[in-house]
Amino acid sequence: MGIQGKLPVLVLFLPPALLLFTLFVILPMGEAAWYSFYDWNGYGLPEKFVGFRNFELLWRTSAFTTALGNNFLIILVSIVIQLPLALWLATMVSNRIPGAVVFRLIFFMPYVLADVAAGLIWRFVYDGDYGLFAAIASMFNVASPYVLADRHLAIYAVLAVIVWKYFGFHMMLFIAGLQNIDKSYYEAAEIDGASRWQRFRSITLPLLAPTIRLSVFFSVVGSLQLFDMIMPLTGGGPSNSTQTMVTFLYTYGITRMKVGFGSAIGVVLFIICVTLAFGYRRIFMRND
Amino acid sequence: MKLKSLLGASVALAISASSAMADVTVKWMHLNTDPGIGAAWDEIVKNYEAAHPGVKIEMQFLENEAFKAKLPTLLQSNDPPHLFYTWGGGVLAAQAETGAIKDVTEAMDADGGKLKAVYSPALVNGLTVDGKIYAVPYQTGLVSFYYNKKLFEKAGVDAASIKSWDDFLAAVKKLKDAGITPIAGGGGDKWPIHFYWGYLAMREGGKAAFDAAKASEGDGFKSEAFVKAGADLAALGKLEPFQQGYLGTKWPVPVGMFADGKAAMLLGFDSTTVQQHTLAADGKGLDENDIGMFPFPTVAGGAGKLTDTMGGINGWVLTKNAPPEALDFAAFLTNKENQTMMASKNLIIPAAVGAGSAIGQPLVKSAAEQLAASTWHQNFLDQDLGPAVGRVVNDVSVEIVSGQMSPEDAAQQIQDAWALDH
Repeated sequence: MGIQGKLPVLVLFLPPALLLFTLFVILPMGEAAWYSFYDWNGYGLPEKFVGFRNFELLWRTSAFTTALGNNFLIILVSIVIQLPLALWLATMVSNRIPGAVVFRLIFFMPYVLADVAAGLIWRFVYDGDYGLFAAIASMFNVASPYVLADRHLAIYAVLAVIVWKYFGFHMMLFIAGLQNIDKSYYEAAEIDGASRWQRFRSITLPLLAPTIRLSVFFSVVGSLQLFDMIMPLTGGGPSNSTQTMVTFLYTYGITRMKVGFGSAIGVVLFIICVTLAFGYRRIFMRND
Repeated sequence: MKLKSLLGASVALAISASSAMADVTVKWMHLNTDPGIGAAWDEIVKNYEAAHPGVKIEMQFLENEAFKAKLPTLLQSNDPPHLFYTWGGGVLAAQAETGAIKDVTEAMDADGGKLKAVYSPALVNGLTVDGKIYAVPYQTGLVSFYYNKKLFEKAGVDAASIKSWDDFLAAVKKLKDAGITPIAGGGGDKWPIHFYWGYLAMREGGKAAFDAAKASEGDGFKSEAFVKAGADLAALGKLEPFQQGYLGTKWPVPVGMFADGKAAMLLGFDSTTVQQHTLAADGKGLDENDIGMFPFPTVAGGAGKLTDTMGGINGWVLTKNAPPEALDFAAFLTNKENQTMMASKNLIIPAAVGAGSAIGQPLVKSAAEQLAASTWHQNFLDQDLGPAVGRVVNDVSVEIVSGQMSPEDAAQQIQDAWALDH
């Protein structure tokens, strides 16, 4: 079937998708790029052209650097802690042992929860007066910690919630990947006397590599989108220490009615996303 | 079966009747969450609709932060509300500039200024941008210190003797030594801390300093008075006057702490005395007789007076295409009778002249009297200076009091933000 045969299909099926994509993806991006060169509060039309001032301001705002740093910290923790944890649990619950399904369900549950709800629940857990942390502290007769009010601790508290919330999702990815590995490899290795660790290293890990690369990809994209869990949990505070790119955009662009500045943040975020996503796919996911 | 069809028929009749009658719907957007105010408004709406057949008042609610974030988009959509809440200041000015909202000067001045005469002139002024009135005044407010009389007594602090900032700091120390949390603070929301910086700047520099800074004269917000205000705030911060973890708490928490008797003071709104009941852990809170208030103290050598006040100025804004009924309703909502009714329930400090005398609660009444005698009333800075500069003020106030930023850097940041917009 040449282009001739495909043409009617193209004419019929492409326009709706193309129209939606243009209207809701391409156009807003273009608009944001346009606004980013103006000092505009969102009312009327942008008229005050300021060139690259919004971008210059961005580099000078310390909260932006913090937000950027936090995003990379989230990616790092996802890869170093969340991924191995998810993989380890996946290897355990993918076996046909009694209770595995129940555990799978329990581990997956946090992911099902809405981000905002998770944020609110953990805000209560961390509460130093009435929360779970306060109760535990009083049980051991020590001073109650106020983790979300501490500039240095708050981001780690947020990271813990992120790992808790998303490890189940990555675990599910790994379970699916593990189930695709032919059991006969393991049987052969066992007959040859390979240890558990050897089997994991030489069979599981190489054959699971595409899934791992996909999981890392989701972590990167997820980190750059993180917003709705942070807002109820810390709102980016204290002192912007838990700001991510998107919460930074919301706080500095929307609530301050600096839509031009917000758009500049959006443009930078977009460039980072595109570079990371395409770069990652080109380098690591070429053959997947 | 028979009953069901009868019921259905009557419902259908009721619907058709109401839709035939409602020729005009006034869409009224608010952010009230107080059940007392809600009930009072329901009554006012009911009375208005009864007196004006064919007009229906539709209340639309948005949560405070959502309201602020959504309003610019809403105002430029095809379906903006007809009537919405305002704090005046820089945000109202930005809205006025776009032409999305209605200039009500003419209506206020009609019939020899009949409508304008209803409201206190200070409030009308507060809602005026470049000589044009852009909102119907609704209420005003006063921020002052509220204290727990029993805790003060326990620590041996006499509220009447707190006149200067140094007296205040001494009182904080005394309370702390007595093992009492001196002040309940809401650092997570930031604006409750901006009251401190704002008041201190008012006390240090007086109206002249603000006027000069706003006119971008001299060093602006970097001038001595504002740096000094920061230093005063830093001195308070050094004493660690707030409860543990205050940097993460939102406003209802400190009010609740005060209500539970867990902190001796609260720098709060005039509604504190009444509101603390609902925010207390036991639903009762403090006995109103056990609460006292004193104005924000003055500073030694400062240009500001004890009678200079800070607090809200609120009104109702009409959008460009609002029907005449919207203005009519706004005037009805804020007429002396309805404002008196709301004041008699201690719900608001009313904008209508003479309605304030209906306030029964002594502390609310005292706040209303102080406002009436105010030598200079300053709107909340995070509203007055516009959303961008205002949020910077909020941010740096928290940074100063928690010892993270020097008063000089803070003043510089505010001035930078101001210079960017003006």
